[in-house]
Amino acid sequence: MRMWRSRLVNRLGRDLTRDIALVCLADGIVGVSFGAISVAVGLPLWLPMLLSVVVFAGASQFLFVAIIAAGGSPVAAFAAGFLVNARHLPFGLAIGEVVGSGWFRRIIGSQLIIDESTAFALAEREPARRRAAFWSCGIALFFCWNIGVVAGAFGGTVITDTDAFGMDAAFPAVLLALVMPSLNDRATRFAAIVGAVIAVAVTPVLPAGLPVLMSIIALPLVLIGSTKRRRGHPATPDSATTYDASLRVDSTETGEPGQAGTP
Amino acid sequence: MTQIVLWGCLLGVGTFGFRIAGVSLKSKLRLSERTSLLITAASVILLLALVTTSSLIDADHFAGWARPAGVAVGGVLAWRKAPFVVVVLAAAAVAAGLRLVGVS
Repeated sequence: MRMWRSRLVNRLGRDLTRDIALVCLADGIVGVSFGAISVAVGLPLWLPMLLSVVVFAGASQFLFVAIIAAGGSPVAAFAAGFLVNARHLPFGLAIGEVVGSGWFRRIIGSQLIIDESTAFALAEREPARRRAAFWSCGIALFFCWNIGVVAGAFGGTVITDTDAFGMDAAFPAVLLALVMPSLNDRATRFAAIVGAVIAVAVTPVLPAGLPVLMSIIALPLVLIGSTKRRRGHPATPDSATTYDASLRVDSTETGEPGQAGTP
Repeated sequence: MTQIVLWGCLLGVGTFGFRIAGVSLKSKLRLSERTSLLITAASVILLLALVTTSSLIDADHFAGWARPAGVAVGGVLAWRKAPFVVVVLAAAAVAAGLRLVGVS
């Protein structure tokens, strides 16, 4: 275990360590606000802490507490959070191999699948770095998030308005920066933009959680876009079925033919 | 309160179920290269939808101009390959700065 950990640190490198630390700091501050808000609406101290450990998915936790605070039923709060968190299934499918084998690793690793750890893993290409990025981001965020929540719950209303620090803009910016390399692929970019438009468009008419899931309707567009772009891929002899070999590969780093959107 | 704790824990169980279902399916199924790429694309689509909705919408109404402006600045910087730290801090600074001068 110890050897595995030191290997992990070696693989991360300074840049990735700094990036993950920054996300931890930002999420820790948001955790403080979650703890403080939960206590402010009259929930017991330990409830936000319990939610942060067992659920460990920020957006759904805020939603859960907001619905309870607004007088909604616990069942409604559960249902909304459950919908919001459905995206973790495709996340697990996409990056599942980083978790590794063995039941212990699978249980811990699964719990660490969150937006940030998924995005950090997707942004890495090499399997070893992918694993290292996923585990370090997941473990570090688990601790920062929970420490933040405990601090917020006890510290009361010191930082309830994290918006004043622009923290609400930092979270989307983190994910946007991490998915940017994947958006180099034209077909993926097109589908993702259409998906985002769908999600925003249906927001006024659908309950919380569903709009983001509805973006998946745009997935077939990836295939339509791919038929125009057929390229060889070393891993698959049948290049016609590979819509883009460089889905998460930064074209400027690999020297592949230029792609639109890359300066 | 018992109800809240019960349904809160069930949310944890359900979320964990989604997570481990994805991981287990991945290890059981022998996915083709094409399917794997499609699933990766699905994650990218979900993440960008999350970025967009969380930038523009707060609960069920428009989040105001400061937040999407901050995210947009961060997005342009990320596209121009600025360091991650610069992207995130610029997004937060623009949103906070706009609020400071009264844009919200």
